[in-house]
Amino acid sequence: MAVQSHQAAVVEFDHVTKHYDTPTGRRKGGPTPGAVNDLSMTVPAGKICVLVGPSGCGKTTSLKMVNRLIEPTSGQIKIDGVDAATRELTELRRSIGYVIQQIGLFPHQTIGENVATVPRLLGWPKPRQRERSEELLAIVGLDPAKYRDRFPSQLSGGERQRVGVARALAADPPIMLMDEPFGAVDPIVRDRLQNEFLRLQEQIAKTIMFVTHDIDEAIKMGDLVAVFQTGGHLAQFGPPLEILAAPASEFVARFVGQDRGLKRLSLLRVSDVAMQAPVVARVGEPTADARQRASAAPNGYVLIVDGANRPLGWAAPDDLSGGDGVSAEMANPVSPLVNKRTTLKDALSMMLDADVQTGIVVDRTQSVLGLVTIEAVARKMREGEHSPAFDDLALLAAEEEEDADGVPVRADAGAADQAALEGA
Amino acid sequence: MPPGTKLFDFSWTVGHLDQIWTRIIQHFQLIIVPLLIGIVISLILAVWAVRQRWAYAPVTLITGILYTIPSLAAFAVLRPITGLSFITAWIPLTTYTLLILFRNFTAGFTSVPADILEAAEGMGYTRRQRLLRVELPLAVPLIIAGIRLASVTTIGLATIVAVLGDQFGGLGQLITEGIQTFFPTKYLLGAILSVILAVGADMLFVRLERLITPWARARAGAR
Repeated sequence: MAVQSHQAAVVEFDHVTKHYDTPTGRRKGGPTPGAVNDLSMTVPAGKICVLVGPSGCGKTTSLKMVNRLIEPTSGQIKIDGVDAATRELTELRRSIGYVIQQIGLFPHQTIGENVATVPRLLGWPKPRQRERSEELLAIVGLDPAKYRDRFPSQLSGGERQRVGVARALAADPPIMLMDEPFGAVDPIVRDRLQNEFLRLQEQIAKTIMFVTHDIDEAIKMGDLVAVFQTGGHLAQFGPPLEILAAPASEFVARFVGQDRGLKRLSLLRVSDVAMQAPVVARVGEPTADARQRASAAPNGYVLIVDGANRPLGWAAPDDLSGGDGVSAEMANPVSPLVNKRTTLKDALSMMLDADVQTGIVVDRTQSVLGLVTIEAVARKMREGEHSPAFDDLALLAAEEEEDADGVPVRADAGAADQAALEGA
Repeated sequence: MPPGTKLFDFSWTVGHLDQIWTRIIQHFQLIIVPLLIGIVISLILAVWAVRQRWAYAPVTLITGILYTIPSLAAFAVLRPITGLSFITAWIPLTTYTLLILFRNFTAGFTSVPADILEAAEGMGYTRRQRLLRVELPLAVPLIIAGIRLASVTTIGLATIVAVLGDQFGGLGQLITEGIQTFFPTKYLLGAILSVILAVGADMLFVRLERLITPWARARAGAR
């Protein structure tokens, strides 16, 4: 999008602490909700950093200290190296997009006026405000001619949330703060808004700080995920795959959940796995040649493809007989078709459904690119996996509980999953 | 009522239109100034009480006490100071508006949802901009509700000013004279015109509210 300037800023937390006095005036005796304890982290320019954690863990406080809706007790927050505390308050806030869960659209202003809020505060000329607000409505997928003159009360929750995002982007800020922005819409709309926002971010490449309590949303949205622990401690900060593969503490492991292997599968895509070259037989070629190749193939099958290299199915040596050459009828179409963008979770699920160990990777024209096997997926999952000592402790605890019920327990969930994959 | 007196004498009414008109104008003079001053004072008090929460209770108490002072007593106290003038009438009429206006105005400001205030603050509104461009417009429905109540009350109350004399009597003067001279046409006219004035003012403010809050109707409209 030519209109976006692609500017983004680095946000750096340098030993930031926020204390609240408890209502009784005592500061000692347990952390107060929303407190932040010695937070140091750097959000690189143009990335989405998701702050996630249980309620009261200080994630929202950390977010609001960036635009100084909350002032830190000590420490600095630097934006492109400049201490936010030294900047003029309204000027700072106008340079930071802000989206909240309840959206906070102004009910007395039209959608067009709402979107143009910051440009109006900045004193842009009227025609430019109007032009900008129409442009942004179009960017978030709302027809300007239809929505511009409506009032917020006439929009659905999902539409209002889009307007909220458009309003935050109006003055092209280098940073966006989003506080549970998709928390108030139903799961289907949320999923759509998340996908739209990720696509939008590919174009605008802002530095985005995003608060959620939902670990799945964090993993989906974040280039980086900051897991906060009650008491305002940063428990782990890193890319989602790293947090899933190697949780830094028992708290993080519990927070991301027992199914973190599955979550990793949903983040990884077929293109992340080493593909195998299939042994193919083309329709029309002599059956004898194909039979020979099938016998020699590692899995004892050839993949029959048509003239355009599209897969028809597998054939064993016994299937390949007759003098008219290889034909489509000889193929057993059992393996699922996946593409490079398919998540490993979906690919694995399809393979398990079809009771096979191999999926066929095709491109947009459905022509064969290679094969993905359950074994290759399992190999990928072992990379970077790190089974910390506390996992064993947690599992021991679980084992004791389950033993009491007389339910057999697996020694190690992760290892068992892998064994299951390899044995399949 | 002496026997033979007509309940309503149309020919007298038509013959004394100028006198009736003068009373209507006087009545307007009696109510407009207290309403305007009351609105200004109450707005200032309400903005202050919304910012400084502790102020709400004492302001309510003081305006409440002012509201309970009998008007006749207020006129008696003020007459030696301000003399026989409009000012003597205006002061109590103004103080009577304060309780209604202040409570409605504060209710208006506190009715603005917290998320809207937070969004405004987070996007870089200054305090003054937020007050004038967000809080005030959103408080309009309750502000106007207060003004409607206060104006209807003041129009009725103003009839009592007749006790101060016929220079400022307004419609109350017609009523008093009608009673004193056993002439029903006069007091009926005074009462009816006062009611018409009150209902008219009320309708005017309803219209005004619709005009300046188009968003409130939008909800029922489209979709």
